[in-house]
Amino acid sequence: MTELFRAENLTMQFGGLTAVSGFDLSLCRGEIVGLIGPNGAGKTTVFNMIAGYYTPSEGKILFEGKVLNGKKAHEITKLGIARTFQNIRLFPDLKVIENIMLAYHCRIRSSFFGAVFHFPLYRREEEEMMRKAMLLLNEVGLAESAEEQSSSLPYGKQRKLEIARALGTGPKLLLLDEPAAGMNPSETQELLDLILRLKEDFGLTILLIEHDMKFVMRICERIKVLDYGITIAEGTPLEIQKDSKVIEAYLGEVRTC
Amino acid sequence: MDPHRKRNQALSLAAIAVVAAILYFADSGASDYQIRILNNCAIFAALAVSYNLINGVTGQFSLGPNAFLAIGAYTSALLTMSPLEKELSFIIDPVIWPLNEIQTPFYVSLLAAGSVSALFGLLMGFPVFRVRGDYLAIVTLGFGEVVRVVANNTQSVTNGPLGLKGIEAHTDLWWTSGFALATVFFVGRLVRSSYGMALKAIRYDETAAEAIGINTFWHKMLAFIVSAFFAGIGGGLLAHLITTISPSLFTFFLTFNLLIIIVLGGLGSTTGAVLAALLVTWGGEALRFVEEPMQIGPLDIPGIPGMRMVIFSLLLVLMMIFARQGIMGTREFSWNAVFSGIRRLQRGPGKAK
Repeated sequence: MTELFRAENLTMQFGGLTAVSGFDLSLCRGEIVGLIGPNGAGKTTVFNMIAGYYTPSEGKILFEGKVLNGKKAHEITKLGIARTFQNIRLFPDLKVIENIMLAYHCRIRSSFFGAVFHFPLYRREEEEMMRKAMLLLNEVGLAESAEEQSSSLPYGKQRKLEIARALGTGPKLLLLDEPAAGMNPSETQELLDLILRLKEDFGLTILLIEHDMKFVMRICERIKVLDYGITIAEGTPLEIQKDSKVIEAYLGEVRTC
Repeated sequence: MDPHRKRNQALSLAAIAVVAAILYFADSGASDYQIRILNNCAIFAALAVSYNLINGVTGQFSLGPNAFLAIGAYTSALLTMSPLEKELSFIIDPVIWPLNEIQTPFYVSLLAAGSVSALFGLLMGFPVFRVRGDYLAIVTLGFGEVVRVVANNTQSVTNGPLGLKGIEAHTDLWWTSGFALATVFFVGRLVRSSYGMALKAIRYDETAAEAIGINTFWHKMLAFIVSAFFAGIGGGLLAHLITTISPSLFTFFLTFNLLIIIVLGGLGSTTGAVLAALLVTWGGEALRFVEEPMQIGPLDIPGIPGMRMVIFSLLLVLMMIFARQGIMGTREFSWNAVFSGIRRLQRGPGKAK
């Protein structure tokens, strides 16, 4: 397995507060890795650094051998890293299919004059966007909702739509921020199957943040645990479950009387 | 795609033909005053549509269209005025070279007005789009004032507070209605393209838009420049309609008027912008009677200048309370919607229950 992504010694300081320090991570192609930790551990901060929303105070991010530090979020998306958000961020008044079509917009070759005057290239590209968006909606099982407003979808479907939109940008690495949050057990199971299927179909590497431990333990091949911005454990789900530091971080110190 | 495309295109062409016929008869039959109102309606419709692109569709609260109008008006006026006219007008400082020698046809001056204005939009965009929300509003407001102050003080270019007089009245109904049509066509097509969707995405959620690879800075810039281009041409047409321009014409109140129009029409709706522009421009004239002296029963009310604005303000307050979405919300006119509306009416009240 070859390395797709590497983060070295990532540190993020906000004024005097160090949100994340000395974070290292290496991802091989095709892996699913989980990032867990108590609230405020710095997990989303790591995502925001990787996706280009924060510039790390220290450290280096490498994706396919390219340094990502200092690149803007939209540039990083075009290089092949897509993300979803902890609180779903769809474009509420746009149709479901338009939400997906927009994901293809970043790779459009037509100029806006071409778009306004309907040049042949733009027409082709627009049809292509529509076709691909429809395929993607089929893939995640939302095809029949294509013409609905995205805000009218139930919560579970909105999650799926957000994942589909991220896939539309053509990522190699997918960052999922709490994909199972707020879902019931059967929805969670469905999501788990979907993520595994999409991973195979699109050849994805996935890094995910999640609080649902059952979900994490079943889907991830490797897990990293953060607490107060510091990596306290790393290993397979089995190893993590037994790690005393992890248990301490989640449940507090074990007192021996 | 749309099975009714042919029908809809035919209907659109027919509608344009009907409007053209009305304008043709208005051009020969209507009074100067009526034609003036029609001209204003068309110019303000186009200005509102272009302003709506940045404020409504893209959601960037710009308060600077008066700057672009001023730039467009001065650019085109300086280009169409004859060298002799300019020499006579600029009594304090003579106009600088090369403006003292050139004179271009009207259409060239309009294109120049749009281009210069778009160029200023580009330059202004760099500082403006470093900030968001309220700050963006204040920065653009500042630029609007800067342009006015500069126009007041660059005696040898703009003739300062004296303004420019004797601009030939090239603007007629065909120019203004053609300009309105072109603006609606261009902006409408832009909004419906994937570029337009990207602009809407920026309005809803800039962070999410970045996350799916949209270069939000350049997309906002695109909307700003297109908006500036049409505002510039609109300024040029306005200059050649009223034939006298001075910096005091392009105060914040001009922006404020446009803002009322697009809010009334529904932020983000091109159709709404057109409807509201017609309503406000025509309504502003129709309400003139309230400023005349009148007698209500035993009360003898003297004419109160400015009374129209009070009524407008009241309307606006009422609208913000009861119909915040404006006339159209974010919806657009479409023939398909008209036909499904008619069908619903035909099925009638019988089936409504």
